[in-house]
Amino acid sequence: MLERLATLIRKELQALLRDPQGRALLVVPVLLQLLVFPFAATMEVKNNTLGVRNQDGGAASVELVQRLAQTRAFTHLLVLANEPELRRAIDEQRALMVLSIPPDFSRNLAAARPAPVQLLLDGRRSNAAQIAAGYVQTVVSGYSAEFGARPPSQLATRHWFNPNLDSRWFLLPSLVAIITTIGCMIVTALSVAREREQGTFEQLMVSPLTPALIMIGKAVPALLVALLQASIILAAAVFAYRIPFQGSLALLYLAIVLYGTALAGVGLLISALSSTQQQAFLGVFGFIMPAILLSGFISPVENIPEPLRSMTWVNPVRHFLVIARGLYLKGFDAELVWQNAWPLAVIAAVTLTLAYAMFRWRLQ
Amino acid sequence: MRDGVRRTLALSRKELFQIVRDPSSILIAFVLPLILMFIFGYGLNLDTSRIRIGLVTEDHGTEASRFASAFAGSPMIEALPMDSAVQAGRALTAGAIRGFVVIQPDFAARLKRGDTAPVQVITDGSDPNTASFVAAYAQGAWARWQEVRRAESAASPAGGIRIEERYWFNEAAISRHFLIPGSIVVIMTVIGALLTSLVVAREWERGTMEALLATPVTLVEFLLSKLLPYYLLGMASMLVCWGVSVTLLGTPFRGSLLALAGITSLYLASALGTGLLLSTLLRNQFNAAQAALNAAFLPAVMLSGVVYEISSMPAPVRAVTYILPARYFVSSMQTLFLAGDVPGILVANSLFLLVTGCAFIALTLRATRRHLD
Repeated sequence: MLERLATLIRKELQALLRDPQGRALLVVPVLLQLLVFPFAATMEVKNNTLGVRNQDGGAASVELVQRLAQTRAFTHLLVLANEPELRRAIDEQRALMVLSIPPDFSRNLAAARPAPVQLLLDGRRSNAAQIAAGYVQTVVSGYSAEFGARPPSQLATRHWFNPNLDSRWFLLPSLVAIITTIGCMIVTALSVAREREQGTFEQLMVSPLTPALIMIGKAVPALLVALLQASIILAAAVFAYRIPFQGSLALLYLAIVLYGTALAGVGLLISALSSTQQQAFLGVFGFIMPAILLSGFISPVENIPEPLRSMTWVNPVRHFLVIARGLYLKGFDAELVWQNAWPLAVIAAVTLTLAYAMFRWRLQ
Repeated sequence: MRDGVRRTLALSRKELFQIVRDPSSILIAFVLPLILMFIFGYGLNLDTSRIRIGLVTEDHGTEASRFASAFAGSPMIEALPMDSAVQAGRALTAGAIRGFVVIQPDFAARLKRGDTAPVQVITDGSDPNTASFVAAYAQGAWARWQEVRRAESAASPAGGIRIEERYWFNEAAISRHFLIPGSIVVIMTVIGALLTSLVVAREWERGTMEALLATPVTLVEFLLSKLLPYYLLGMASMLVCWGVSVTLLGTPFRGSLLALAGITSLYLASALGTGLLLSTLLRNQFNAAQAALNAAFLPAVMLSGVVYEISSMPAPVRAVTYILPARYFVSSMQTLFLAGDVPGILVANSLFLLVTGCAFIALTLRATRRHLD
């Protein structure tokens, strides 16, 4: 029986790796994503343009603008002479925000009266604008304090697990979860659908192989793909991006196998339900999109309103993302890994059982 | 000529039947958009709220407990009292809290001396966005508390610079308002590029391509018959997306429908072109689908400005975004929905989309011709 299984797995791997195109598609996109995404996926705001409408012209206003121009958020200044120019600058997105300084600014500041300035922000990019407004606030209150009695003290803040809050430290461990999800699901779901479309699935079903063996034969190559892609990403994270790996590599690989099994379960279930490759592909896609968006990758899971938040429990990506980041950055011990891994085991058991039942049912 | 039109229409009808008969295309064009917009509208929330932090009070004096209460009652942060920094540290590692604040034992004494803040803030840096949010929140609570104390003692005058913030186009700075136009771009990419990536490859795989080649159908007619039905599907889906966002999700729409239709058509030309090109080149549904996912879908999410700010990316990555059609579509959609018909933005974007659309379709024509030889 094991021999039959080994033959089946070999056949599946050959189908996957036979042509150079297929081989390239398993590795090249991963490399490209590793090259581009860590630099792209940042919520920081840099290299932006600050519009300035200075009606004051006093020394204090010039000094304030100078200080803002020295932050990393703004590399360009756009001097605006009048109201229509200001309006156009924001309308046409030539500036993320405009600082408008009223005529009596310097006088008010010198006289220790409240000196208001206006910050007009582009609400089309409200997230970036909010972040940049935070930077502006820091610079302004620092400058403002020089006119006050004593500077407001800053709190001593330390960031654990990622001292410089480098977004790449967050992204690369997350990519282990995201990229393997896509690879693993497509391989399982589409390989069954392809056989069905080409009619070879019937042949497989009448062979002495049991449905369980066929399922294992389809799941193992997908697991190997997941392990290969995860290894590439981990190697790049450690050696190219130089992000220190804090946890146990053995635990991480165990978790990847468990995660891959859960994904293969979902993939097989989708393939059991679809009769063409298009259906399988779109099914996979319809699963992956919400699963990634609601995994805590883009915004924290806590921000998802109930009852949607509780429903994300069935999302394997959400659990594995915690494990991948936890092992990589926080050095999770076995107990913490297990706390997040047992839901994966439940998901794998449920989806594999359902897929098995579907295959048996289709067989009859 | 008239024969050509007749053949194109006949083939388009066949393609349209194929779309309608397969429930998965209809699901992807009309049901997935609803799910995605719902997720972008309610599930994804960049305006951080309901984050849990720990609060460790090691000084039990009145000053310290008054400061601690500055953290209570916020709709954004839930502060859980904790016994010790060790316990809080464990909770932080496990991910139960996103940060913690320690009010140190000599809080009152150091405050009196005018020392640096006797408060420590620790965040979970493994999620940098949330970490900065927690740090900024703690700093804000500290500043507010100091303000209150100063006002009570009435020692210093109320001078200094005040910033008045005003968000244009999106007064309350709600992230949903710009995420929804972005999510429509993602949906159009799925319909345009992912669905069509399967179309030509399927004909090759099933052997029906040979049969088509034996008919008098010309190259242009063949491609048009593939483009037209999916174009109609995309436009129908856009109508649904627009209707849902304006009515159910409450997104403002300040542009004109004509501009929306025009720019959507231009973007669909690029997206459909990408899908057909990959399908023609790879001739294999499995490979073409994967390629489309990587070449069209992932860039449309990661590099188009839907979630991540393009100007913050390093120069080489920024250069890549200039050749992405999605980039121009995202900027147009955000402008159409929130600002209105701003010619300075829409005209430039339309020109770029026209160029990319023509380029992709021309490449597909060339690739098809080569494959026919």
